[in-house]
Parts: sequence; structure tokens; C-alpha cells
Amino acid sequence: MATEDHVDQPAADQPEEGVRRRDFLNVAAVSVAGVGGVIAILPLVNQMNPDADVLALASIDVDLSAVEPGQTIKTSWRKQPLFIRHLTEDEIAEARAVDVSALRDPQTLEERTAEGYEQWLISLAVCTHLGCIPLGAAPGENKGEFGGYFCPCHGSHYDTAGRIRKGPAPTNLVVPEYAFTSDTTVTIG
Amino acid sequence: MSFPWAEQYTPKNPFMKWMDERLPIPRLVYNSVGAGYPVPRNLNYFWNFGVLAGLALMIQIVTGIVLAMHYTPEAGMAFASVEHIMRDVNSGWLLRYLHFNGASFFFIVVYIHIFRGLYFGSYKAPREMVWLLGVVILLLMMATAFMGYVLPWGQMSYWAAQVITGLFAAIPLVGESLQQWLLGGFAPDNATLNRFFSLHYLLPFVILGCIILHIWALHLPGSNNPTGIDVKGPQDTIPFHPYYTAKDGFGAGVFLIALAIVVFFAPNFLGHADNYIEANPLSTPAHIVPEWYFWPFYAILRAFTVDFILEAKLWGVIAMFASIIVLFFLPWLDRSPVRSGTFRPKFKIWFWVLVVDIIALAYLGGAPAEEPYVMFSQIATIYYFAHFLIILPLISRTERPLPLPNSITEAVLGKDKTTAQPVAAE
Amino acid sequence: MVRVIGFLVGLGFVVVLGYSLIVGAIAYFTEEESGPTSYDYHLYAQDVSFPSDGPLGRFDRQQLQRGFQVFREVCAACHSLEYVAFRNLTEIGFTEAEVDAIADQWPIQVPTVDENTGEETTRNAVPADNFPRVYANEVAGRAANNNAYPPDLSLMTKARGEGAAYLYSLLVGYQDPPADLPEEFLPTTGLYYNPYFPNLNLAMPPALFPDQVTYADGTEATVQQMAWDVTAFLIWTAEPRMEARKATGWAVLIFLIFATVLAFLSYKNVWRDQKH
Repeated sequence: MATEDHVDQPAADQPEEGVRRRDFLNVAAVSVAGVGGVIAILPLVNQMNPDADVLALASIDVDLSAVEPGQTIKTSWRKQPLFIRHLTEDEIAEARAVDVSALRDPQTLEERTAEGYEQWLISLAVCTHLGCIPLGAAPGENKGEFGGYFCPCHGSHYDTAGRIRKGPAPTNLVVPEYAFTSDTTVTIG
Repeated sequence: MSFPWAEQYTPKNPFMKWMDERLPIPRLVYNSVGAGYPVPRNLNYFWNFGVLAGLALMIQIVTGIVLAMHYTPEAGMAFASVEHIMRDVNSGWLLRYLHFNGASFFFIVVYIHIFRGLYFGSYKAPREMVWLLGVVILLLMMATAFMGYVLPWGQMSYWAAQVITGLFAAIPLVGESLQQWLLGGFAPDNATLNRFFSLHYLLPFVILGCIILHIWALHLPGSNNPTGIDVKGPQDTIPFHPYYTAKDGFGAGVFLIALAIVVFFAPNFLGHADNYIEANPLSTPAHIVPEWYFWPFYAILRAFTVDFILEAKLWGVIAMFASIIVLFFLPWLDRSPVRSGTFRPKFKIWFWVLVVDIIALAYLGGAPAEEPYVMFSQIATIYYFAHFLIILPLISRTERPLPLPNSITEAVLGKDKTTAQPVAAE
Repeated sequence: MVRVIGFLVGLGFVVVLGYSLIVGAIAYFTEEESGPTSYDYHLYAQDVSFPSDGPLGRFDRQQLQRGFQVFREVCAACHSLEYVAFRNLTEIGFTEAEVDAIADQWPIQVPTVDENTGEETTRNAVPADNFPRVYANEVAGRAANNNAYPPDLSLMTKARGEGAAYLYSLLVGYQDPPADLPEEFLPTTGLYYNPYFPNLNLAMPPALFPDQVTYADGTEATVQQMAWDVTAFLIWTAEPRMEARKATGWAVLIFLIFATVLAFLSYKNVWRDQKH
């Protein structure tokens, strides 16, 4: 406590200055404590973000060689369901014929697929309305009025490019980032 | 609250006035830790430790709640989930090391807080209830710390659960069924881990409740002080805020620096290496010891080596529990009217012998169960019980206390009484 | 009344303890000097330092990579590294492509389920996987190793009282038993004399020999060098967040010291007019 005497002295002779300095010290001390408190909250909040092992699962490789045109496979990526649909010629033509400007979320088929791989429609199987899994992947399921997917929870219809056409969903099915590493394998994420 | 000259709470603006008439929480805070609580002006740094214990509890509760978001209380997964926290969870290593070392720091400040009470006679009338609640808090802390130590499911965790529940098996007739009831099986396993996790989460809030009662009971007579004499008038006290809040702020800074040094630069210093080996019911570590804060009690437990009417094991268990139970009776064992050890020449000597004795017990509790450690722990245990049950009652009769100062103000200012002025809150 | 009962209880404890003490003391002073114990031949760990020591210590990534090479080529045949994932290797300076290759070529495969048949099978590891266990369980490990289970190494430097120094000493400490070693402490079949091991005889055979690995950076692979490198690697596996911990620690400490000095000045300010 060597500073004790040192601190005690100055203000006595100069009350004006002293009072201001005293207030300043107390305000500074409380402010610094406040800053410390806020900083201490950061790790407590940050710990709820995805852990390193969860993030490490962020990319998967999928082998597409067995998926015939017209078929859809369901897989999972980051614990979310994912549709990989091998579009038929008709479905591609249908998707291209749509007047994009009239859509709720205007996007062409080309914008939603990889160049040279337009027959592969890869999208999250999560309805953009409230997160149900749309029908239309398995044979015989209701594909909706536009031949793509139909979400039974609140009646959203998606077309063969996974675009929202009718119902409450605000946007098209989300297309994750992916890249073809060969003609039959794709890396998602 | 307690003294007629305490500052009265007056709401500063219409909203606070509205609030005060409906839910007077600001008034409660003002009266308990604000300007409305008059405190003796002569408290020394040992009076910081009560607030520090509260701070330590808050650190434990906050870090514990977030750790529980990642921990898995399942015998096959608990150890791996702790490693998951240490490696993959964002800031997980920080939270776990804080919680793990925070427990030790909680005990450090609480032990200093207890010794403060012992030396300055804070357990005496009219503060017996404050003391009794304090002992209850200590018992709850011990239970909580023990169950928390089991959760990582390392070797020390497992064998702590085995050995400590084994203490109850020493009780005649019901002991064995009692141990099985505690464990939920014949040995520590998933059932044990799950119930310990549940109770480890619950008990800190029970402690919090007891602390509120502890503070409530304290506020009726007001705080004790280093002279141990009663507050005589307004000149003896100053408001808790800003005087003691400022002092506690400084104390909290020093406490956090000490905690940070250990957490960041020696996080495993207070732990035991064997707890980084996953629990193995088929192999006991060569040298099992509890955490350091239990060492004095562990030494008392092991001091009984020979059957004498009862089994030695049972004597050890009885003595270990008695070593804490005896604290409950302290206010009635020590009848000296003088509170503070400063004015009790004989008590003061014996008090320091007790401090050395308990430190020796701690050392011996951490040492292997071999001679000559056992003999020393027997001598130290004899002194522990003799101090509370024989020496204190005797010296409170025979001792001639030093003359007490007339008032706290006189003790602070010496003969110069003129400069003492009553102080109002700003 | 309380004091009378208390006095009697206290006297009771004193008598029982006094009796224990006398019995113990008689036994202690009349006891014959017993023969040498294994403890008399046990050595404390050698004094060895690592770049990661001390409050400013950091990992030497080059060394950790050499240590990983020793682990992969020597230790990994028997010891697992359960709590460490391949992806963590990027933290010691391997590129993602190198980690991909290390995981893909790891000699032990990861258990999985065949997508088509549903049967249990295995696949190559990927960076997201933890290092696969060498033995499916402890029984298998014991069966393959003369009933001595090779422990997991992820936490080894934290799981021994003497820490990293113990590990290093053990690796370089194999030697012939001293001539005066009592017969009961001589290694039997399948055991190897090592004075740094608590009971002197270790089931693990000496694992490191000069030039057993070829370091890419040209470091000479002496037994000491390899032991030092692999121990450094295992310090990292036990405490991979150590650098973040120390860096955060300095920042927190500097802030706290600043805040505490300020708090002290503020405290003295508030109290300046008060005698106490």
C-alpha cells in the first residue's frame, strides 16, 4: 500500500480541482468495472455457438452415380435434411419455361444449379416457411401443383427448380454451396 | 435497518416512487447493501471476505449453468463430454477452469471468513444465528463440492464417490443399505452420477437462500468489528455505500487477480493428475486424496486407527462429522463476554495454535496414510477437539481480558474524540 | 450444560485418540527395519524443459509435427489418441490437404454402417473423425498385449503427477537393473526395467531406437530427440487450447491490475475524510 499517502494529499489544498478529480476517479473505476463485466459476458454468450466438432461436419461428399433421372435422394448435411434431385428433360424444360419476373423470389434454374450440371437440383429439404420437410422426394408422394415439392404443414408448393410458387413460404428452397468434384460426386458445404 | 440513525430511502424520481409503493426492491437493496446500512467504521480487510464469498458463489453458479449446457451426466460419456468442453466448445476451457478453480477459491475465502469470525468473536451473542447459518452454508458447500468433483468421472471422481459414500457404511445396522441408497447401486455408476448432477445443480441455490438468511440475521444486530464492542452511536458507523462498496470493489479486484493467475497460468495446480484418467471401477489409484479443502477433515477421519469399544472406522466417521458439528455449539462453549481476540490474551495464543493445528491437519490429510504422518494427525486431531470442547470453555472462565475501549470511535481515534463526526450518505 | 457435555465428549475423543496414538507409537518404535522397497530404487523424473513451459511458453509447431511423426510411426501401433480429431492437426501447422491425406491413410479405419446392407463395416477416416481406437475395448487391448493395456495418450501429460517430464524420462529411461537390485524387483518375462516407473518394471518394451524415424526437417533422430518431440506433441494433445489460455490470461491480468489499481484509488478517495 505504498500509494496510500501519496493519494491522500493533493486535494486538501485545492478543493475545487480535488472534487472534480475525486469524482473522475470514482466514475472511472465504476466504468472500468462495467466494461470488465460486459467483457466477461462474451464467453458466456459465445459458448452457445456451434462447437468446433459440429462445424467440422460442415462438408460432405455425395456419390450420385446411382441416382436415375426423375429420382430424388434425401441425405443430411449439418444435421439438416437435403434433397438431391436428378431432373428429367421435361422437368428442366418446365423450369426454364417459367416467367421468372412473375415469381415471388425470382431466380432462374441456372442460378440454382451448377454450370454444366443443370440436371442436379440440390437444395435443403427445409420449407422456408417454418421449417417442415416438404413432400415430393419419394416416389408417389405429393409433388404439389407445380411438380416439384409440396409442404403439407401449411401448403407451400415448389416447382421443379425448388422455387416457391404458391402458399405461405417467402423464398425458394435454400441451395447450399457445393461443387462437383467429378461427374458423379459432389462436395456439399 | 438496525440503527435509528440509518439513512432513510427516499425515491429520487416519480418512477422510483411508483416502484417503491408496489415492489420496494430498491429500498431493500438500499437498506441491506446501500447507504441505509450503517456499518462500524473500523472494519479491517478481513471483513472483505464475506462479499468475496458471495462473488465466488456467483462465479460458480454462472459458469456452472453454462457448463451444464455441454456436460453429459452419463457414466459412459461424462469424461468425454468434459474433454469436449475443454477442446471444442467455444471458450469451454475457460469456463471449466474457472469453475474448477473457482471452487477452491470459494473455500479459500470462506475459510478466511470463518477464521475471521473465530478470532473476532463474531459467533457470540447477538450473532449466534448468523454463525449457525454460516455452518449450515459450510456443510452445503462441502456436499456441493464433493458431488461436483464426481461429475467429470475421472479416477479421483469415481473413488471419491466410493470412499465418501463408504463412510456412511460405517454406521451400525443401517450403514450398508444407506450406502446403497446413496449410490443407487452397489458401486458408483450411472445412477450415482445422475443424482449427483441433479443435486450439484440444486444445492448452490439452497446455499444462495441460506446466504440471504445469513445476511438477514446479520443485519438485525449489524456487523461485528475488530474491537468486538457494540456500536454506541452514529459517530461509530458509516454507511455501507459508498464506503464499503468501494473497499469491496478493491477487494474483488485482488481476488479476481489471484483467481486469474491460477486459472490462466496454473489451472491444474489445485487438481489431481489422476482425475485426467477416466473412471475405472477395477483399479484404484495408488494414493487417493480428496480435494485440498477437505484435507483437514480427511486427516481427522484417518486419525482413528485402533478399535476402542466401537470400530476405528466408525470413530473416524463420527469424529469427522463431529469436527463440524462442534462449530454449531461454539457460541455456547465460549462464554467469555469479550468478543474480539485482540483483548483476550490467552484466547489469542490458543487461537493461533488452532490455526497452525488446522494447517497441519490439512498437510497431514494430503499426505499418504503412513507413519509418522498418522501419529502427527492423531496429535493434531486431539488438539482440534480439545481446543473447542476443553480449552475454550476453560479459558473463558480463567482469562482476565484487557481493558476495552469505550467506543469504536475512541478505538479509532485514540484519545482525540473531537474530530469524529457523524457521516451522512452523499 | 452444553459445556459439561462438550467437555465429556472432548475428553472422549482425546482418550480414544490418545489410545490410538500410543498403540501406533509403540508399533512404530518397536517395528523392525523392513527391507528395501521398490521406492528406494525409483527415480524422480529428469529435469527437462519444453518450449511450451512457463506463462509465456508457446508450442514449437515444427517440433509438434516431428512429435506427431514419432507418434504415428511408433506409438500409434498400440496407443490411441481418442480425444483428438484429425482436423485438430491443422492447429500444429499441417495444411488441410495434408490432414485429409493423413486421415485417409490412417492404418486403422473408423467403424461405420454399410449404407446398403446396414451391416457394420469400416471406412477410411476423414478430418472430422477423432483418431480411431487401436483396440475395440480394453479387453481386446489386454488380450493383444500380455494383459497390459496400452493407455490412451490424449491426456497423458496431464494424467501423471510429474507430467511431461515423467513421460520423457520414461521414454529415455530404459536401462539394465542395478547390480544391487533385490531379486523381487527384477523384471520378469514381458517386463522391462525402468527406474522412472513407480514399480520399476514396465510392460511397454523400449520403443525408441536411434534413427527409428527419418525427420523431414533433417533433425537427427536420437532417442532423446524423439522422446522430447513426442512428449511435446502429447503436451499439445492434452492441452490444445494452451496458447489461447495464456494469451487470454495476459489480457485479463493486465485489465484486472489496471481495474484494481483504479478501484484502490477510488477506495482511498471515498475514504479520504474518514478516520478508521
